[in-house]
Amino acid sequence: MPGRVAIIGVGCTPARATSPYQSFKELMFEAAQRAYLDAGLEAHEIESFVTCAEDLNEGLSIFDEYTPDQLGAVQKPMHTLAQEGLHGIADAVMQIQSGLVEVVAVEAHSKASNIRTPDWILDYAVDPVWNRPLGFNPHALAGLEMNLFLHETGITYDQCAHVTAKNRTNALRNPLAAYPAHTSPEDVARSPVAFHPLREIEMAQTADGCVVVVLASEDRARTREVKSQPVWVRGVGFANDSPTLESRDWIRAEYARIAAQMAYRQAGIHNPAREIHCFEVDDTYAYKELQHLVALGVYSRPGEAGRAAASGGTKPHGETPVNVSGGALGMGSTLEATGLYRVAELVAQLRGQAGPRQLPRATVGLAQSWRGVPTTSGAVVVLGSE
Amino acid sequence: MGMRRVAVVGAGITKFMRRALETPKELAWLAAKAALDSAGMTLDQIQGVVHGTAPDAFDGLHMKGEYLADGSGGWKKPYLRCYVGGGTGVYAIAQGWFHVASGLFDTALVVCEEKMSTCLPHPQAAFLTIFDNITEQPLKPNLLWIFALEQNRYMARHGITVEEIARVSVKNKHNALGHPSAQLGAELTVKDVLASEIMAWPVHRLMVSPTSDGAAAVVLAAEDVAQRVTDKPVWVQGVGWCLDSTYWTNRDLYYPEYVEKAAWMAYKMAGIREPRKEINIAEPYDPFAYKELHHLEGLQLAPKGQAPKLLADGVFDRDGDLPVCPSGGLLGVGNPIAAAGTMKICELFWQLRGEAGARQVPGKPRRGVAQAWGDLMQVGTVVVMGTEQPA
Repeated sequence: MPGRVAIIGVGCTPARATSPYQSFKELMFEAAQRAYLDAGLEAHEIESFVTCAEDLNEGLSIFDEYTPDQLGAVQKPMHTLAQEGLHGIADAVMQIQSGLVEVVAVEAHSKASNIRTPDWILDYAVDPVWNRPLGFNPHALAGLEMNLFLHETGITYDQCAHVTAKNRTNALRNPLAAYPAHTSPEDVARSPVAFHPLREIEMAQTADGCVVVVLASEDRARTREVKSQPVWVRGVGFANDSPTLESRDWIRAEYARIAAQMAYRQAGIHNPAREIHCFEVDDTYAYKELQHLVALGVYSRPGEAGRAAASGGTKPHGETPVNVSGGALGMGSTLEATGLYRVAELVAQLRGQAGPRQLPRATVGLAQSWRGVPTTSGAVVVLGSE
Repeated sequence: MGMRRVAVVGAGITKFMRRALETPKELAWLAAKAALDSAGMTLDQIQGVVHGTAPDAFDGLHMKGEYLADGSGGWKKPYLRCYVGGGTGVYAIAQGWFHVASGLFDTALVVCEEKMSTCLPHPQAAFLTIFDNITEQPLKPNLLWIFALEQNRYMARHGITVEEIARVSVKNKHNALGHPSAQLGAELTVKDVLASEIMAWPVHRLMVSPTSDGAAAVVLAAEDVAQRVTDKPVWVQGVGWCLDSTYWTNRDLYYPEYVEKAAWMAYKMAGIREPRKEINIAEPYDPFAYKELHHLEGLQLAPKGQAPKLLADGVFDRDGDLPVCPSGGLLGVGNPIAAAGTMKICELFWQLRGEAGARQVPGKPRRGVAQAWGDLMQVGTVVVMGTEQPA
């Protein structure tokens, strides 16, 4: 990559089912304070700011109006992306590599508990001409996709159940997680079916929270006032498949494949399963974790992903640790902040500060995000401690 | 500054109108295709797509950027939707610029689209949701009121008259007669403008831009690609953007400091020290007549409070010393929010290449500035473009 970029500070509020004592501005303020403290910088030293948010989730139009004050960004370059947090990381990397600025803060948050009718809001994301008149709940798209995915790949319901059990159990060791629980594949099998064949427990529940990440050019990252151990951004990628239901690929998660190719090219990664030690992969629905692992090239055949999930190969002590943080199933789905919580986990792992979750030899990690139904929008970030 | 050089190599625009029959996706594609055609390129040559569009509420869509992705050409490739309210149309060019300048992309297609007419009975209702839901929404404010406040403050501070401001409408609606995309070109007099109904004093109906449907797009390319595809690249020499505090009620509205900061960010990058002497053509954001003057002062192209006088002297006419909004601006061409900002970038592209037809300003302009503005009188976005390759 031209011009190296490092993450020099991360700040999170814990993901929680509700946050009645904090407004979204207070969540942002708290996460920003932690991130700036971690980086050892004052807000005025940050040159550019990015927020990732969607108007309808915020309940305000032109949401970027409400972003600068609590981040210390007043009268500074600041913009919003109507994208996931990992797109925000890619945006910051591009700003720094262009030579325009040296220090950028990326913010994303969720106040999902404020949304009274989330499924109705989501319905407005469905094509208004062709699909919305059919009157289905958008999560049904995930049920349809899961059905086709299992049918085409031979992955079983039981293998998917292991994903949910693993992630919620992993979350028990993550203080940031909103939904930790001792869960077994049998518990999953007992959960009611929500959108056939998808079970209720296999769908990530929303949570509130905020993450701020501070990125800097190599020169700035190596200066003395930056006290934290920099974690290097080795590659970023993002891509969309078709948003149109009728013309997208329903089996292969093309968006994740294209985004990963882009990031691997920059990072010089040829064999992700061997060269990456820690995967934080989107698991908004349990089967998605397996679909995404295949798209990321971790398993060359889908069947291997299913077998690895069932045999414990993706558990923290398995061959390929996936979602040690607990993933979205264990931590909660925090709207556009979901990807940044994963970045926070990777930074903790790569710095060796992940406490009881610490993996023994983590020097390269990957985070991947997906914006949920009905989109085909995803991003990938590869981080390294060297 | 040793940055990778980036040029605009193609531009395209749809007609701006009150009620387009096309879907939002179709509008985006019409502009994207026109931009690609003008660059002599196809979609396979585009490595990344940047989309800009303002509130989702207009089109009645959630995650509107995702919906518009394939219409904008963002299919099986990197795609991003960026957003700074009304400032989006010019900001999106900065976003595209650092896509390419970073070295991650060699080409980027920037598409901005807005379809306001689907919001019934009138898109003004959607604007209620831009205000703070605790302190402001209960007062039921609308845009006309708050901009009337700002215009009033601007006039009171400098002793400016409504007649002086009405001249902006006269000039821009006249200029728009030469623009094939224009919605509201007209020959008017100051008297006509002042005779139009008062919407919220001192704002008259003819001082307000219309609501519109439309899209505009440009193709950006790195130096080596640009020189291969065209003999006349128009270089992006500077980009700047600046967001002020949410608490607009605490600002002195007579002067847009955030526009000044965004302008200096772009000027510094372009190596401009004396904007008034070094810029040949300006496309400031003019959703309301007074905003053109207000922004010219923020852009350092007129001393504070002096823009109305320069306008009256004919300095800003198409054949004046500093042509301002030769396109016809938002007042004349129309205001499909994000697309209107990109329309200004398209105008600079055509003017600087000498391809603006009936609107061409005389004297071979070499450098121009485009600016947009948005949010709660809060954000300034600025792009400087020129025929000379940046250092």
